[in-house]
Amino acid sequence: MELAKTPLYDAHVAAGGKIVPFAGFHMPVQFEGIVAEHARVRTAVGLFDVSHMGEISLAGPRAAAFADEVVTNSVAKLADGQICYTVACNERGTVLDDLLVYRFSAERILLVVNAVNVDKIYRHLVSLSPAGVDIRNRTPEIGQIAVQGPRSRELMQRAGFFAAASGRIAGLPYYWFLAFERGGAEIIVSRTGYTGELGYEIYLPTELTAAVWRELLAAGADLGAGPIGLGARDTLRFEPCFCLYGHELDEETSPLEAGLSWLVKTGKGSFIGRDALLREKEQGSPRRLVGLELLGRQIARQGFQVLSGGAPVGAVTSGTFAPTLQRSLALALVRNDAGEGPYTVDVRGKAAETKLVPIPFYPSRAAK
Amino acid sequence: MNPEECKFTKEHEWVYIEDGDTAIIGISDYAAGELGDIVYIELPNAGQKVTQMDPIGSIEAVKTVADLYSPVSGEVIEVNEKAVAKPEIVNKSPYDDGWFIKIRMDDPGDLEVLFSYDEYRDFLGEEGAGKDEDAEDR
Repeated sequence: MELAKTPLYDAHVAAGGKIVPFAGFHMPVQFEGIVAEHARVRTAVGLFDVSHMGEISLAGPRAAAFADEVVTNSVAKLADGQICYTVACNERGTVLDDLLVYRFSAERILLVVNAVNVDKIYRHLVSLSPAGVDIRNRTPEIGQIAVQGPRSRELMQRAGFFAAASGRIAGLPYYWFLAFERGGAEIIVSRTGYTGELGYEIYLPTELTAAVWRELLAAGADLGAGPIGLGARDTLRFEPCFCLYGHELDEETSPLEAGLSWLVKTGKGSFIGRDALLREKEQGSPRRLVGLELLGRQIARQGFQVLSGGAPVGAVTSGTFAPTLQRSLALALVRNDAGEGPYTVDVRGKAAETKLVPIPFYPSRAAK
Repeated sequence: MNPEECKFTKEHEWVYIEDGDTAIIGISDYAAGELGDIVYIELPNAGQKVTQMDPIGSIEAVKTVADLYSPVSGEVIEVNEKAVAKPEIVNKSPYDDGWFIKIRMDDPGDLEVLFSYDEYRDFLGEEGAGKDEDAEDR
């Protein structure tokens, strides 16, 4: 398959980014190094190119009502200008994608979906052929930059591009967004992210993306701002235990198993997967997500078998050396009846000892 | 260790010969750079017998893992415990503080099949040119 380039590809190459294929795009996996980039976001501010993410708009009288039929969380309860994190399930109650729902109004909704799932979710929505809802895949025309870290608010105040909205950006609560216009184009800024730190995500036309990226980097130089690759994006989301589609979530896993029961509003009315999820709530989930620390510091990678008393009870979904916590940690889906361990992980044929640790490993500071 | 005085494997280990029959083993700066931040290394114990080009350990980086191959046959006589305790020194100093093990060689003839420094540089040039980036984690 021909790989696509984001509007920031040339900037990444010029900055020495190591480019790898990811979800159909040429993306930077790292710049100066995953550990250094990770620390930059925990202590200062980092910029992420997330232009590969998908944006699908719903417009029309039934836009919000339709979204509520597709996702598990409540779109009806959102105020205009508010966002929710949610999953979209199939009829079996397993996860098609995890996504953000931006509510402009009951007639206008923006769904932000994973790059690997854009086409699948777009086709899914269209196949439901909702009356009175115009569905558009706007991914190719929208660039996205994430600004994340304790100095991110300060950086957003400095960049001239956001001057018209700087007061509103400073006061933006967690999981709210605002929109403003620049040269006839709509710019969206939301107080969201995937790092466990204070941060913002910016949606803008592809043709403006590189200039805004450059301005943010320049304006943030003395704050310690720098570009962050996908490698640190993964370690940063792993420490606060944010799910990653294809790891903790997939079409064989329910949101209840993955620890996302807080997203499943079975009381809100009918939605796809509701019956299966209600049943699972009553009967109990077959599996649960647990946190493990590897005492010998080996790394438990995705797919490694988890055992209890020598018998297989599950598999690792994500695992790495957590740079902030300086421990080798893993998330694993294990059978609900597997007991409380001790578990071992099969690391290339050797049993690695673990202990159960509470999730999340790192408490998110994003809402502060 | 001066890399120009080392021999290399195609798996990116270097070997430096000390006192005639002692081989000091590490990984090249290229390998350390490609792996990225190294967070855990598993090495054979002192006293263990190893065979040329057998896997004898592993090197875990944040994103990936690589096997360590023994460039020569012989007996492990020393392990760099500092590198085991602080694997990041392998990234910082792959040819000096970041060495892995010392092996007393059974047969110095093992060295003949290894690359010289210049041959290794040429090998990297060819590998770099023909290299297809590995598919990353999703």
